[in-house]
Amino acid sequence: MTTLSPAPRSRGLAVFATLLAIALLVAVAVVGEAVRAGITSPQLSAFGAWVMAAGLALGGVTLWTAVNGLRCSFQSGREAAANEILASRASAAQSRQHSFITFGLAFAVLIGFALVQLVLINDGNIQRTFLRGDLMAGSALDIARAFIVNIRLALISGVIVLVFGLVLAIARMIPGKAGAPVRFLAVAYIDLMRAVPAIIVLYLIGFGLPLTNLPVLSGLNAEWFAILALSLTYSAYVAEVYRSGIASIHPSQWAASRSLGFSYLQTLRFFILPQAMRLVIPPMLSTFIALQKDTSLVNVIGTLDAFNQAKFYASSTFNLSSVTVVAILFVIITIPQTRFVDWMLERGANRRKGA
Amino acid sequence: MAFIELSGIEKSYSNHHVLKGIDLDVEKHQVVTLIGASGSGKSTLLRCINALETIDSGTVSVDGDVVSGPGVDLDRLRRKVGMVFQSFNLFPHMTVEDNIAVGPVRLLGEDPDAALRRARELLERVNLAHRARYYPDQLSGGQQQRVAIVRAIAMRPEALLLDEITSALDPELVAEVLNIVRDLARDGMTMILATHEMQFAREVSDVVVFLEQGKLLEKGPPEQIFGEPKEERTRAFLKQIIEAGRL
Repeated sequence: MTTLSPAPRSRGLAVFATLLAIALLVAVAVVGEAVRAGITSPQLSAFGAWVMAAGLALGGVTLWTAVNGLRCSFQSGREAAANEILASRASAAQSRQHSFITFGLAFAVLIGFALVQLVLINDGNIQRTFLRGDLMAGSALDIARAFIVNIRLALISGVIVLVFGLVLAIARMIPGKAGAPVRFLAVAYIDLMRAVPAIIVLYLIGFGLPLTNLPVLSGLNAEWFAILALSLTYSAYVAEVYRSGIASIHPSQWAASRSLGFSYLQTLRFFILPQAMRLVIPPMLSTFIALQKDTSLVNVIGTLDAFNQAKFYASSTFNLSSVTVVAILFVIITIPQTRFVDWMLERGANRRKGA
Repeated sequence: MAFIELSGIEKSYSNHHVLKGIDLDVEKHQVVTLIGASGSGKSTLLRCINALETIDSGTVSVDGDVVSGPGVDLDRLRRKVGMVFQSFNLFPHMTVEDNIAVGPVRLLGEDPDAALRRARELLERVNLAHRARYYPDQLSGGQQQRVAIVRAIAMRPEALLLDEITSALDPELVAEVLNIVRDLARDGMTMILATHEMQFAREVSDVVVFLEQGKLLEKGPPEQIFGEPKEERTRAFLKQIIEAGRL
């Protein structure tokens, strides 16, 4: 004789999910209506109505899921009463699943709706300051043209950083007593450059180098000063990324290579670095994205980049919509990079695992 | 003069005394097996011969040349004495044939095409020619270890150090690896191997060495060590092995 343990409890969860979904609908209606009441522009008011309609529709879906959970819970109760314990368990599990989906949906709808309301609140002040379609369209072409400078800065600095960062990382790992001064220098550089804000390095290079009267170096234009400053700063970060990658290769790889007769540097070059590179690609991409974004700082030394161009538009129209254009441009170039790197890593892993 | 001569080898890690004065001579074409409990110093001794660990005192000489102490070209020593590890340690980012050819090409200056051809010939001898273009992660443990042996052989070493090369393998894969070692012994390769495979040690060894807590306790031909060991500790160790059904 077997006795089956009862189905898990589902009623309380389902009731709570239903109440939550109803509360969400009420909140969307009340908040949406209150915000819309303060809007004077008819187009914006219509937009607010559309957002509210979308919010209510998604709230409806949430409520429908919650009610499904309630239905399954009641069914579980009936089955338990009829002593069909296994069926009752299945229904209870399904009910709980519906309830949890309700929580997730409600949270997402609430956050999304609230964010849009933030743009519309106070008679759409945010929208009118940051998201004026006409001003965005009017400034877009010039800003996109100036954005090429940002891309150029990022690409050239990126290449310099990849090389110089590796040199720093290896300098920091040089073995032996003779390497001590080199190690010390590398550590000092990395610590210092990561501590000093990039914008201050920009000032130091942009306004300091011309004062040295050094041949070539002091006569560079603002764009090259910017490249130099960004490269110096980001090499320190990248050196640490490389170092973590090198350190994470198992010592047995060193033993295998050294036992064949490869020297320290040959081992690094043929076996350790190629493996470390694969590991450091994701953190390297994060650093490179940060570098791209920091190219918007270079306006402090007079480089005419996208942000500088946007500021020019902003001050002539007393409106910040042009700045939003810059943000959008950065998003547009960044997201494909992350997807590309994901794809590349997956392909590499598949190849080595034999797919 | 023996091919490999160890005298008075001492090695400590911080306060752990691993090797306490080991003397051992290995003649050319000899197969010497190190047996003993885990932690008795077998692996450390092998790593000291290849200078993967530095010794605290004593001397290692290979082919009549002292190779311990400062100022030795270790990379040249290591080309003469190959090593195979318990955990295979193949290079995961290279194909099997590249794992084998990289040493001859980069260190011996061999022509890449010739080195790859030789790699495939060597793979043929261990029945792995069909895996030449695979990556190590795509092979079984036994296959990986066979490749690791071939990688060491490809450098044309004069001696091989084998460090418990079957300990990380599933039981059914042990034989395929040991067969290769048997072939190498028959071809006259000088070898020092640390192993727990007593049956195999008995079969291929010219000399069996019993290590106990960093000391060389007993040494002799396999018939004597396994048949009538002189030392009490050797007898106790072999009794445990027999009780575990390994001999």
